[in-house]
Amino acid sequence: MSTSVVRPAPRVTLKKALLTTLHYGVLIVLALLFLLPFYLIVRNGLATEQEITSPNWTFFPSALHFENIGELFSDSEVPFSDGMVNSALIAFLQTVGQILISLLAGYGLARVPYRYANQVFYTILLTLMIPSAVIYVPTYVVVSYLGWLSTLQGLVVPGIFSGFTTFLFRQFFLSFPRELEEAGRVDGLGYWGTFWRIVVPNSYGIIAALSVITFIQSWNAFLWPFVVGQDRTAWTVQVVLSNFLNAQVLNLHELFIGAAVAILPLMVLFFLLQRYIVEGYKQSGLKG
Amino acid sequence: MSSPETPAAALMPSIGERESARRVRRSSIKTTLIFWSFVAPLMLGLILFFFVPIIWSIVLSFSEARAVILPTGFAGLRNYRDLLQDQQFTSSLLTFTIFAFFIVPTTFLCALGLALLVNSAKFAQGFFRSVFFLPTACSYVLASIVWKMSIFNGTRYGLANAILHLFNLDPVQWISSPNPPWYWLVLVTVRLWLQLGMYMIIFIAGLQEIPRELYEAALVDGAKRGWQTFWYITVPQLRNTSIAILLLNIIAAYQAFDEFWNIMSGGNQSLLRTPLMYLYNVALGSQDYGLGSAGAMILTIIIIFFTLLQGRLLGFGRSN
Repeated sequence: MSTSVVRPAPRVTLKKALLTTLHYGVLIVLALLFLLPFYLIVRNGLATEQEITSPNWTFFPSALHFENIGELFSDSEVPFSDGMVNSALIAFLQTVGQILISLLAGYGLARVPYRYANQVFYTILLTLMIPSAVIYVPTYVVVSYLGWLSTLQGLVVPGIFSGFTTFLFRQFFLSFPRELEEAGRVDGLGYWGTFWRIVVPNSYGIIAALSVITFIQSWNAFLWPFVVGQDRTAWTVQVVLSNFLNAQVLNLHELFIGAAVAILPLMVLFFLLQRYIVEGYKQSGLKG
Repeated sequence: MSSPETPAAALMPSIGERESARRVRRSSIKTTLIFWSFVAPLMLGLILFFFVPIIWSIVLSFSEARAVILPTGFAGLRNYRDLLQDQQFTSSLLTFTIFAFFIVPTTFLCALGLALLVNSAKFAQGFFRSVFFLPTACSYVLASIVWKMSIFNGTRYGLANAILHLFNLDPVQWISSPNPPWYWLVLVTVRLWLQLGMYMIIFIAGLQEIPRELYEAALVDGAKRGWQTFWYITVPQLRNTSIAILLLNIIAAYQAFDEFWNIMSGGNQSLLRTPLMYLYNVALGSQDYGLGSAGAMILTIIIIFFTLLQGRLLGFGRSN
C-alpha cells in the first residue's frame, strides 16, 4: 500500500521533466535555425571565394579574412560606402520628419476641439486602407512630375506622411492625463506651449518606440528607393546590395560582407534599444 | 467654472457667460487655426502624396500615356481590358491570392506556437524572445541574399544541397525548377523567418494580458490544465490580438515585392511574378503609365474589398 502511494509522484515528475526537456529541446533547435542565416552572412563574408563555392561545404571557414571588408569598400564597381551614407541620411531624415509630423497631427486630432476634427480623422483613416507600396506607380508619377527622381527629397519626402503613425500618436494622446495639460493652461500656456513643455516631455517612451521602428523600416526599405533612386549616386545600401546580388559577375564574399556591414547599424540599435522596439511593435500591432 | 470635459472652454477660461456671440465665433476661428497649425503638415503631405497620385492615376488609367506621365489621349476602358486579358497579369493576381491564403494562416499559427513556447518558458525566456525577434531587424534584400546565394543555392555549395549530399541525394534547383515549384519553399521560409518574430511579440503581449485569475478559476472548476484551458480561455481571450495580426498579415502579403524580386530575378521571373512586379515591368520597364495606373487601381480595389470583407466578417476587431 505504501509503495502505491509513493509511486505516482516520481512518475508525474518524470513526465514533467520529459515535457520540460522536450519544450527546451524544441526552443533550442528553433533558436539555432533562426540564428543560422546570421551565421551564414558572417561565415561567407569572412571566407574566401573558393571556400564559399567549394563543393565540400564546411561549417567553419579555415581562416577569417577580415581584409574582405577593405576589399568591399575599395571596390569601384560597387558604390557601397555611398549607399551606406545615403541610407543613413534618408533613414534619419525620414524618421525625424515622420515622427514630428505625426506627433503634431496626432495631438491636434486628439485634443483641439475643431468642429470638423472627426471628418479630418476619417480622411486620414482612409489612407490606412491602401498601403503605400500598392500605389507606388501613382506616387512615382507625381514624384517624377515634380522632377524629384534620384534626388534626396524624392527618396525622403513621400515617406514622411504616415496616417498610421499619426493614428498611433492620436490614440496615445487620447489617454494622456488631462490634469497635466490643465496645469499648463492654468500657467498661461496655449496649445503649442502645453504641447512642447508638457505633452512632449511626457511622451518620450512612445516617441522613442515609434522612432526606432520608423528608422528600421526606412533603413530596410527596398521598393521605393529602388524605383526612385535610379542613378547610382542615389542608391541606398539595400539597392546597392540588390544590384550586386543580380549582377552578372558574382563576388560572393564581397556580397556577404556587404550584407554584414549593412545590418551592423541595426544590430547595434537592436541591442541598445530592444525594449523600445518591442514596445513599438506591441503598440502598432495591438492598436492597428 | 468651465468643466474639464470641454476643452474649448478650457482654451479661454476667462470668457464669461454673457460674452457676445462674436467673441465665441472668434474663439472658433482661433480653434480652427490652432487645429490646422498641428494637422496641416500631415494633410498637405497626404494630399500631395496620396490623394493626388490616386486621382492622377484614375485619370491616367482611362488615358493613353506611353513614355509620358500626362495623358495624351482618351483610351476609355482599353487599359483595363488589356490588363484583364493579359495572362501574365491575371495569373499573377491569382498566384498572389493563393499566396495570401496560404501565408496568412501559416504565419498566424507559427507565430502563435512560437509565442506559446516562449511565454511558457520559465528559464531564459528573454533570450529566446530576442533570438526569434532578431530577424525583424533584417531587410528583405539581405534575407534574399542568404536564401538565394547560401541556403537554397542550386549548386553543390548551397547549404540545403550540401545536406542532401550527406544523404547521397542529388542537388535540387531550388529556385529555377518550374516543376516541382521548390521556389515556394524558398519564398515562404524567407518570409516566415523575417516576420514571425514581430507577430510573436504581439501574441506574447496578448497572452500576458490575459488575467491569471481566469486560469485559476477554471482549474478550481475542474478544467484540465493544457488543452482545455487553452481552448476555452487562451483562444477566446486572444481574439482581438488575432484579428490585429490577421489584418496586418493580409496587408503585408498584398505588398509582396522585395524578396520575390530579389530571389526570382535573373530569368526566373517568368516562373513567378507578384502583381507589384508586373506593374514595375509595365510602368517602369515599358513606360506605359496608362496601363500601370490601371493595374494599380485594380489592385487598390482588390485590397479595399478584402479589408472591408475581413472587417465585416470579424466584426472589425472591437470587443464590444
